[in-house]
Amino acid sequence: MAVIRIEDFFYAYPPLLPEGQPIEVLHGVNLSVERGEFLAIMGPTGVGKTTLCLSMNGLVPQATGGVARGHVVVLGHDTRTTPVAELATRVGIVYQDPESQLFCPTVEEEVAFGPENLGLDPAEIAERVSWALQVVGMEAYRQRSPSHLSGGQKQRLAIAASLAMLPKVLILDEPTAGLDPVGQAEVFGVIERLCRERRMTIVMVSQDAERIARFADRLAIMWQGRIVRVDAPPRIFTDQAFLEEVGLAAPQVSELAVALNRRWGTGYRFTLLEEAEEALRRDLRGGQISS
Amino acid sequence: MNIQPCIRTEGLIYRYEPGYPALNGIDLEIPEHAYLGIIGQNGSGKTTLVKHFNGLLKPTAGEVWVYGRATSSRPVSELARTVGYVFQNPDHQIFGATTREEISFGPRNLGLSEAEVEERTEEALAAFDLEAYAELPPAVLGFGLRRKVSVAAVYAMRPPILILDEPTSGLDWRSARELMALVDRLHAQGHTIILISHDMRLIAQHTQQTLVLQEGRVLLYGSTREVFQQHEVLQQAQITPPQINQLASRLADCGLPQDVLTVAEFCQAYNRLKEARE
Repeated sequence: MAVIRIEDFFYAYPPLLPEGQPIEVLHGVNLSVERGEFLAIMGPTGVGKTTLCLSMNGLVPQATGGVARGHVVVLGHDTRTTPVAELATRVGIVYQDPESQLFCPTVEEEVAFGPENLGLDPAEIAERVSWALQVVGMEAYRQRSPSHLSGGQKQRLAIAASLAMLPKVLILDEPTAGLDPVGQAEVFGVIERLCRERRMTIVMVSQDAERIARFADRLAIMWQGRIVRVDAPPRIFTDQAFLEEVGLAAPQVSELAVALNRRWGTGYRFTLLEEAEEALRRDLRGGQISS
Repeated sequence: MNIQPCIRTEGLIYRYEPGYPALNGIDLEIPEHAYLGIIGQNGSGKTTLVKHFNGLLKPTAGEVWVYGRATSSRPVSELARTVGYVFQNPDHQIFGATTREEISFGPRNLGLSEAEVEERTEEALAAFDLEAYAELPPAVLGFGLRRKVSVAAVYAMRPPILILDEPTSGLDWRSARELMALVDRLHAQGHTIILISHDMRLIAQHTQQTLVLQEGRVLLYGSTREVFQQHEVLQQAQITPPQINQLASRLADCGLPQDVLTVAEFCQAYNRLKEARE
């Protein structure tokens, strides 16, 4: 069953000036995400990825205004008509810049903020806070001020705050952009656990081809306000002509596969380091034995 | 090597506040015409270090020399002629009403004649392919273009040393590739380039020397090729070399060289191994 179903969705932001034109961003997006799936979205800057994310929790168009046509349906609820507060218990969202979504004096209060707003009883809130902090590995930081955390810790805290609402779907908009390598590894560690152990439905915008290849079930490519292709990551990452056209990078081992295929007529489609290692070792060793 | 260092530091210590120093004893010589990458986790001291090169920060202890002269006695305005610094966030440095004005600001501040200011501005607009945007306010340009404007504005001051602090963060792959092609060209024209980045693939592909910082100290410093062979030392700083370099390392037993930095280099080595057998 599709958890998210987007059909012919058009969206334009309101004009910046009163007499101006609406700013068209999405030009007919079609996409569906299955339960328990990890779908990655890649695309150059300015093609509408963030706008699409915001349409899935109703902020577009409910908070942004503008003109919307078509449908974004999440767990059976149309996000144009279902109140944002109600959607927030079903769809968690984590933004690119964690600073913009953290505002409480302590880590614990940050995570409790959402459940408190639902009017839950204190025991239930405490339980959710403990659980969410444990999932992201931040129990030790309960009393810390969010402003004293590293980038990776801030982003894990933002994920915990979303999880405390017990959403069925988690949307992450470039959650590792701007993080250092340690922070990136921390955040991907949490995301991997959520999808592998908890079968959470995850939609993640990212430019990290190597990690998308490792974790995502499917990859959607966004280009000029549309989803132009949805496919298994290895099929997209070894289609060099397509990647060149949309201006995106593949993992280095996928670029290598394309180059070796051109020279040796092989049919390699590596996306993971281990795959490339195994195939190339077999190739080089096989030759040594036969010679 | 008989190349004079353009930047030298000795016993450089810097504290933002009392306590653990952000830089904890840096001894460094950067040769003229280097293409240097600086890597390390956040908080390792990368930005703090480069801010000493253009005098934005003065050492708490130790000394920094730029072309043989200590920065402690030189005003930032004078060092700006020698060391250009492109901020991490272009919006921290952009304020001109138009792109042309933005780019002419630096040369004008150097006290050059109007004719010279104009010549440099036009040259920078052309070099960065920004002529079409000359009359537009930088604020209405996309992020990638604003980044280009911020680099062009520093370039127009023609400093022999150019520092770029995470120039490709926030850029998509195509814009990043275009910007790095421009940086490569500046290096080829004779500039010394100092590049801070978290993108190991970019560092491996473009730089010639790499400096690895960890907790305010130098963990590794050498040619980029040598540095990326030190997998175990890099691991101490939790830095993972580019995927293609890791692949070569895993296939060492099959005869792949260990100093591979790019996909093209891997292909060459692999093809040689295959051809030798046929």
